[in-house]
Amino acid sequence: MSSSTTNQHILSPGSICGKLTAFLERQTKRDIEPDLDIFAAGLVSSLFALELVVHIESTFDVAIGGPDLRLDNFRTVDRMTELVLRLRGESDD
Amino acid sequence: MKQRHVTVLGAGVMGTSIAALAVGHGLPVTLVDVDRAVLERARDEVTRHLRLARLMGVQTGTDVAELRTTVELADVADADVVVEAVTELADVKAKVLAEISALIGPEALVLTNTSAIPVDELAGAVAHPERTVGAHFMNPPYLIKTVEVIRGPRSSAAALAVARDFLASMGREVVVVGDGPGFVINRVLQRMINEAARIADEGLATPEEIDLLFTGCLGHRTGPLATADLIGLDNVVDSLRVLRDRTGDQGYEPSALLLAKVADGDFGRKTGRGFYEHRGTK
Ligand SMILES: NC(=O)c1ccc[n+]([C@@H]2O[C@H](COP(=O)([O-])OP(=O)(O)OC[C@H]3O[C@@H](n4cnc5c(N)ncnc54)[C@H](O)[C@@H]3O)[C@@H](O)[C@H]2O)c1
Repeated sequence: MSSSTTNQHILSPGSICGKLTAFLERQTKRDIEPDLDIFAAGLVSSLFALELVVHIESTFDVAIGGPDLRLDNFRTVDRMTELVLRLRGESDD
Repeated sequence: MKQRHVTVLGAGVMGTSIAALAVGHGLPVTLVDVDRAVLERARDEVTRHLRLARLMGVQTGTDVAELRTTVELADVADADVVVEAVTELADVKAKVLAEISALIGPEALVLTNTSAIPVDELAGAVAHPERTVGAHFMNPPYLIKTVEVIRGPRSSAAALAVARDFLASMGREVVVVGDGPGFVINRVLQRMINEAARIADEGLATPEEIDLLFTGCLGHRTGPLATADLIGLDNVVDSLRVLRDRTGDQGYEPSALLLAKVADGDFGRKTGRGFYEHRGTK
């Protein structure tokens, strides 16, 4: 896991969404709309799902476990953004 | 009935994922390898497999059984089921199977996860050939429910029944087939991978294009070359040699491109590069 800056700055939904979109577009070499179900669309495999989780954890400095660890949270950029915002909100200050 | 104690021999790609399947279904596992460094990584691998299983909704139980690791075969003499998943080399498998069968009880079931070596050939190395059955798990075994089970000519009906029961207890579904090099899956799959590698080598199509035809036209989940990267190209070459040596069919002669990648240490997902780059994963 990355040891990111100690001074954890606030990330806007837009910047989280942008980072996730850029990551997925690099991986799939396709344009990704924020509401596209990347698994249903066949753009990524189930094996990639765990890579995605690990990437999100290290990029946004969050830990994903328990009931959050389910594919439905990772189907679209929108849902991933929601999850990151929620986890960062709960873990911050 | 008492909880079965499972021993998995070989803590590589398949050994760790079979161990994850078993502990995830509440069966305690002892994972054995000859390489201590491999065993050190194996615990993290099993955790990673369990995470993926949970993410995909196939690991719903919360009570994960205990995982132990050892380099000593003597530690697993009390095993009820042994799943052999060591390197696909007939002499290596025969040796470890002979050793383990001399230690375990006569009632213990021995399952071999060999890709292509006939079960009866391996049964020849053990003390109780009737207790040896093939259980060819797919990769990863917790995401693919169906297991190709091989009944060797000397496998007993009782052993087959225990094998079925053990696999069912882990939520697996079985298709029982007869014995022979590569059984059903790998007699076809390894040949398909080898031809696909030849096609890529001849420059008729790129690996991406080849795989896209299999997924797009034939509805395969992944194409042959992405599958090869998942299996491990070193294991593919070993399996092809097993098939070539036992069938005499030169179509199984490993393609030059496969051999070159293995010589370069590009084994696929497990090393980060094969036909594809696998950044992020190991
Ligand atoms: N990789 C796949 O997708 C796949 C799928 C189905 C079946 N298989 C079969 O499963 C078996 C294992 O394949 P893998 O891909 O996991 O290989 P791998 O190379 O990843 O792992 C093999 C492990 O066996 C260990 N080993 C070697 N000799 C040993 C011994 N005497 N005692 C204990 N451990 C020993 C090695 O140190 C290594 O860690 C092979 O027979 C293979 O053909 C593989």
